[in-house]
Amino acid sequence: MKTLSAADIARRVAADIADGAYVNLGIGMPMLVADHVPPGREFVLHSENGLLGMGPAPDVADADPDLINAGKQPVTIRPGGSYFHHADSFAMIRGGHIDVSILGGYEVAANGDLANWALPGPKPPAVGGAMDLVAGAKQVWVMLSSHVAKDGTPKVVERCTLPLTGLACVNRIYSDLAVIDVTAAGLVVTDLLAGLEPGQLQAQTGAPLRFADACRPLQPETA
Amino acid sequence: MIDKRFESVAALLDGVADLHDGATVLVGGFGDAGVPERLIAGLCALGLRDLTVVSNNAGAGEHGLAALLAAGCVGRMVCSFPRSAGSVVFEELYAAGKVALEIVPQGTLAERIRAGGAGVPAFYTATAYGTPLAEGKESREFDGRGYVLEHAIRADVALVHAATADRWGNLTYAKTARNFNPVMAMAARTTLAEVRELVPMVDPEVVVTPGIFVHRVVEVGR
Repeated sequence: MKTLSAADIARRVAADIADGAYVNLGIGMPMLVADHVPPGREFVLHSENGLLGMGPAPDVADADPDLINAGKQPVTIRPGGSYFHHADSFAMIRGGHIDVSILGGYEVAANGDLANWALPGPKPPAVGGAMDLVAGAKQVWVMLSSHVAKDGTPKVVERCTLPLTGLACVNRIYSDLAVIDVTAAGLVVTDLLAGLEPGQLQAQTGAPLRFADACRPLQPETA
Repeated sequence: MIDKRFESVAALLDGVADLHDGATVLVGGFGDAGVPERLIAGLCALGLRDLTVVSNNAGAGEHGLAALLAAGCVGRMVCSFPRSAGSVVFEELYAAGKVALEIVPQGTLAERIRAGGAGVPAFYTATAYGTPLAEGKESREFDGRGYVLEHAIRADVALVHAATADRWGNLTYAKTARNFNPVMAMAARTTLAEVRELVPMVDPEVVVTPGIFVHRVVEVGR
């Protein structure tokens, strides 16, 4: 069965962001959301290194080493944008001024706990701004390129086993199979891949799911 | 007459009493943007030992902080993301146990430095509550939510990179090369600034770092 591509997931996430929202996109897959803003809608993208109004990557010839994003890649600034220092940038995050933080994840628990910064191994740990984002943003959405890990282990679980990024911080999960709200009453599936049975999704999920009465079908884009 | 300008990096670094073995040094920059490369190279040439370096990243390639690390000057790094592409020097020293690492969430790092500059000894933040990075730290609930006590960072010296300066030490920055530089300038006993261009006077309306926070400046070009 064809599942959602990363671009499909990004398109769906972008469609869910309100006009006028201030949004922080994490490094990696969440960056794709910037490429799928619906026509006529304006988000202000925040980059943790001191930029509001982040625009797309420039042509190579126009790259400015003074103008980069959180992933250290060259970007541009849109009209209405601004520059500021790191403490102000994280006051925006930690002070609750960012409407949506979109992050990748290794594990999300049914109570909204998130693990997305540390894997076992000899590499030095690195956390960046992830713990600030999950503690401070009004909404935290997690994008999973695949609902389960390569070995089939669920990424949506009853309890995280990896080191936590934050407690009870995730509001919604977008995977290649479903959109799931994290609620006080547990995980609620609001959108399910067209053709997938609820039982099939439950079998790939490590925590109990409820299915919304008006659960909608997700259609992969036909390329 | 106040004149904080120096002719060269070597002249600027000469006789800075706060630069000594075991000193804590704040180093501005995020990735390769806004890194005080010339000051770091000058610091490297001083051959100091056992420095604690506070910086968001731990250098990449063989320049900047990576060179300072490779020269054996650093005993301890305090940073949020030491694992950038090309951070080979740090990773090897870390694996060999030759440099200690304190990992700090990026916003907590910025705020600890700001607190240091503002005379606030410690503060509570929700960031990292309930995670491994809060272990061993005091925590407390406010309005039903858990917070972690984080201590301010004060340093002996800050190295910053700015776009322009005047003889009073007023600074402006370029785009996202601003990053940690303004907060670090506030949190050290001695702040040293390399700037791309010295100007007769920075417009008071656009000064980002007022000269009170800056002790010595040197023009280094682009």
